[in-house]
Amino acid sequence: MAKLSLTNKSSDTLELEFLSKYVSSSLFAAQQGLCPVDSVASFVRLCLSHSCGKCTPCRVGLKKLGELYDRILDGEADESDIQLIETTAQVIADSADCAIGYTAGEMALRSVKAFRDDYESHIKSNHCVSRQEQPVPCSSLCPAQVDIPGYIALTQAGRYADAVRLIRKDNPFPSVCGLICEHPCEEGCRRSLVDDAINIRGIKRYAVEKAGYVPADKCGEKTGKHISVIGAGPSGLTAAYYLALMGHDVDVYEKRKYPGGMLRYGIPDYRLPEKTLTDEINVILETGVKLHTETDIGKDITFESLVSGSDAVYISIGAHSEKSLRIPGEDLEGVTSAVQLLRKIGDGEKPDFTGKKVAVVGGGNVAMDCARSSVRLGAESVSIVYRRRQEDMTALPEEVEGAIAEGCEVVSMMAPVRVEGEGRAQYLVCQPQIIGKIGRDGRPGVSAADLPEVKLDVDIVIVAVGQAIESKSFGDYGLPLKWDTIASTDECDFDGFDGIFCGGDCVTGPATVIKAIAAGKVAARNIDTYLGFDREITIDFDIPSPSLLDRPACGRVKMKERAADERKNDFTLMEYCMTDEEAKQECSRCLGCDHFGYGKFRGGRCLKW
Amino acid sequence: MVNLTINGIKATVEKGTSILDAAKSVGITIPTLCYLKDINEIGACRICVVEVEGKDKLLAACNNEAEEGMVVYTDSPKARQARRVNLELILSQHNTDCTTCVRNGNCTLQSLCENMGININSYPVTPPKMNWDKRFPLIRDNSKCIKCMRCIQVCDNIQTLNVWDIEGTGARTQVGIKGGVPFESTHCSLCGQCITHCPVGALYERDDTKEITAAIENKEMTTVVQIAPAVRVAWGEALGLTREQATVKRLVAALRRIGFNYVFDTNFSADLTIMEEGSEFIAKLSDRENNTFPMFTSCCPGWVRFIKAEYPDMVGMLSTAKSPQQMFGAVTKTYFAEKIGVAPDKIYSVSIMPCTSKKSECDIETINGSPAKDVDKVLTTREVVRLIKAFNIDVASLEEEEFDSPLGDGSGAAVIFGATGGVMEAALRSAYFLVTGKNPDPDAFKAVRGLNGPWREAKFEINGIELNIAVASGLGNARKLLDAIKAGKVSYDFVEIMACPGGCGGGGGQPICDGFELAGARDEVLYKLDKDNPVRFSHENPAVNKVYEEYFGAPLSHKAHELLHTDHFSWTAVK
Repeated sequence: MAKLSLTNKSSDTLELEFLSKYVSSSLFAAQQGLCPVDSVASFVRLCLSHSCGKCTPCRVGLKKLGELYDRILDGEADESDIQLIETTAQVIADSADCAIGYTAGEMALRSVKAFRDDYESHIKSNHCVSRQEQPVPCSSLCPAQVDIPGYIALTQAGRYADAVRLIRKDNPFPSVCGLICEHPCEEGCRRSLVDDAINIRGIKRYAVEKAGYVPADKCGEKTGKHISVIGAGPSGLTAAYYLALMGHDVDVYEKRKYPGGMLRYGIPDYRLPEKTLTDEINVILETGVKLHTETDIGKDITFESLVSGSDAVYISIGAHSEKSLRIPGEDLEGVTSAVQLLRKIGDGEKPDFTGKKVAVVGGGNVAMDCARSSVRLGAESVSIVYRRRQEDMTALPEEVEGAIAEGCEVVSMMAPVRVEGEGRAQYLVCQPQIIGKIGRDGRPGVSAADLPEVKLDVDIVIVAVGQAIESKSFGDYGLPLKWDTIASTDECDFDGFDGIFCGGDCVTGPATVIKAIAAGKVAARNIDTYLGFDREITIDFDIPSPSLLDRPACGRVKMKERAADERKNDFTLMEYCMTDEEAKQECSRCLGCDHFGYGKFRGGRCLKW
Repeated sequence: MVNLTINGIKATVEKGTSILDAAKSVGITIPTLCYLKDINEIGACRICVVEVEGKDKLLAACNNEAEEGMVVYTDSPKARQARRVNLELILSQHNTDCTTCVRNGNCTLQSLCENMGININSYPVTPPKMNWDKRFPLIRDNSKCIKCMRCIQVCDNIQTLNVWDIEGTGARTQVGIKGGVPFESTHCSLCGQCITHCPVGALYERDDTKEITAAIENKEMTTVVQIAPAVRVAWGEALGLTREQATVKRLVAALRRIGFNYVFDTNFSADLTIMEEGSEFIAKLSDRENNTFPMFTSCCPGWVRFIKAEYPDMVGMLSTAKSPQQMFGAVTKTYFAEKIGVAPDKIYSVSIMPCTSKKSECDIETINGSPAKDVDKVLTTREVVRLIKAFNIDVASLEEEEFDSPLGDGSGAAVIFGATGGVMEAALRSAYFLVTGKNPDPDAFKAVRGLNGPWREAKFEINGIELNIAVASGLGNARKLLDAIKAGKVSYDFVEIMACPGGCGGGGGQPICDGFELAGARDEVLYKLDKDNPVRFSHENPAVNKVYEEYFGAPLSHKAHELLHTDHFSWTAVK
């Protein structure tokens, strides 16, 4: 018998694994606007280098695909080559012997379908339709296009108030976003090529807290135009703020007792303290924006009269009505919605959950907010019931981890089928699920598992499976609806309804704060233009040049939180700010893509809009 | 102030100074290639990289600031190796057929290679292909492009026409036409600023010297050449002459050696332009209600192309007067042809211009009022230098010679057409006379001179009539001015616009001296020529008065309209 031996990784293999990490970081941090044909050509070659070479479609097919891609990229292909790529890719996908080959074929096939225009443009005019218009990854990934390298440089220079002013140029909610922004900016951070993305949100929070109160900018000369905004959430207040700075008169109508929208009625105090929000809104109101709370458009004032009495109207009503599970027993006492619960908390009417067993249904950030609030309201136990796996939850991973740390239990792969109980909810009955095939969106589906139903003991069931939009009256007025969302254009306006603008959650469905802010900004610009003005929003100070120091690999500073055992007892802010030392180090990690790289040539900085 | 050490030498510079300029302040040259001060500071070529003590990565000297205590080495082994390798990499994608290149001997890449002793390339040379219609007045050779992006920056930021753009990504990134459209459907003004700011031979004008040589050699043809004002203050630069040596009379002598039968001066028709355009303006002023203001000058074809493409609703505000080049051609093939008894189609009319757009202007079909083409071919200043070299003429040893008669006379007012504000100043001098019957002080309107601000404005009073005028050069500045006029923020009676920054002195057809903007220096010489000219007023040019007497009758006469004016609506600038 031949001797057996353990297989150890050779040093070459280890080094190659290390290099592979570079490549995966590079793919992860790839900038927007890359040529899809060129990218796929590179992917095909990468896959080919992984081929064992045994089977024909993988060994030869991928090679030929690469050559066909070169012909296209060099402007030497004709239309029949697209067909040949499709056929070849299809055959590789259908007949390669293992996944190395057929996944590569599937990828090429998918790309031809998705980017056909680009393939054709290369062939017909030797021109690539893709272009790098926004070379600073963080700023271009921010829906509001906040000048992130700019405020990091200002923070590094200790000019905190200017950092706040620079953020406010594009986003009037720096304090709010410093605490709760989902920071899409960090996803493409080029620093992740070196080690890890910059903690951008953390730096923002640090700058805002260091700056303290920073008064609002001065408003421009009065235009005599009057704009009405429906809804004092982040989108409505953003639009109001910029419109006021542009010199217009703005009235904001809010149905609830206090302004803030989902910032107040959706996000609990332990993530965003009420005072922080109120202070930030007060700065916006400093510009002269007039706020009318507890004024319901459609009831107290008709929409028609608002339209006829204003030069323009911005609808930003958010997504504030609950979605139900549509299961039996949902009407039992003890069953409530996330919207109801969080609205009560927002109005300062905190329910007492002492001794109660709470089940929260859902896997999004709102579900986590409900679960963690329930813990703070004294619940004996909190279960988060979700029909997929924990990693499939749409909530940010740190939110889920935070909830677990505070004692919540994640009950995954469970689909609620009914609520049972005598007069009030006593059991949440769930059908265990099995994870299934992955759909085109990349998420796995679920279906009922071959297992019996499970009964969870409950006193309170909180349904957090999304919010709906109270859009019916706007549909009746004639504005286009898509499901329950209001279908405004990407310019936040409507064809055939001059002077009516709309944006935020009521257009996108429940989304992030920064997206709502971005819509308010877009609406403000387009309303100003619609009214025949060209008022600029800009800054009146300089931004320091980026540091020339080397930027050796260095770990990312993570935000620290109060101990779970302590924080779970109150609604006080749970996250600590970065220390001076941490902020200094984190700022110094910024690669300054506004100056180094393509940013110095194009689109590195937008000083006004 | 910031203190630093460069190659062991102490330097003290103002905060914000680049490492490049800090080095320059202590006599240390850091080679550059893509860099162009204020226009292109993007650190693309990585030729100017330097080593800074304590830093692992090299830094571009052109766009990074000197810092307190910085210790810089511009010639360390690491910096020199990077510079050399990067230069070889650039060369590996550059068509190095230097001997037949239009920029041979005046190429930044070539001189860098020479200075750095590059005599072998480690990399195989695979330049991209050239794909361009060589009949266009402006030619782009992709095989020579080094992707410095200067052309994009000049067109985007100075001229605001955004003709060029970066296209493709990764290895196939190159300069192309924005949106991938055919060149003739862009709004290109053909100003040629991309050419004069290109460090290599990737952009150049169509060479028409061969056609002209053939015309000179054709004994049946009478060749007539005109020299534009701004040519006389720039032509000697590329021939190694001092400004004192490079007089227009020496250029006249050189053109005679080449074999032109008649050597005339565009200054003659610049004066004629003033008579027509000035009279048109005064006529409009006397009927304010039925005319829109301002009236725009029309002598710059780059500007005319610009307004037609970008502000079509304002084309009607252009003066209908043809440019001096075209007026000259029209007079040549009518009045002058009759005078010398030669049929117009036996006259070959050539102009020497500081301009690339003029090559396109002379080909506008509807611009010709005479039975034959006003101007057959246009040579840029650069081409005429090439022609002089090709004829082996030792210009420095030539005696000065006078222009031919009768189209060789020009006033001081005419010569300043070559400088921004010059047309306006010349027009005002004669307008004053036409209104009052008296000459003003010739320097009364010098407030419009200079290069400061997006545009310059002035207010003059002539016989109780208040005139508000404005002058702009550079199409980005023109755009600002036009937008302000459209928005009602400003209002003027008469506006002069030149497409090239600084006017024709900085024209796209002028000799190229990489890294230097010479419009200011050239304009200064033009103003001196004006001052030294005994005739300072267009209306006092004897040849002009004679042509009216013998041929046109008076400004704006029927004949003048036929030959000296044009319909700007009769052709399209964008296909």
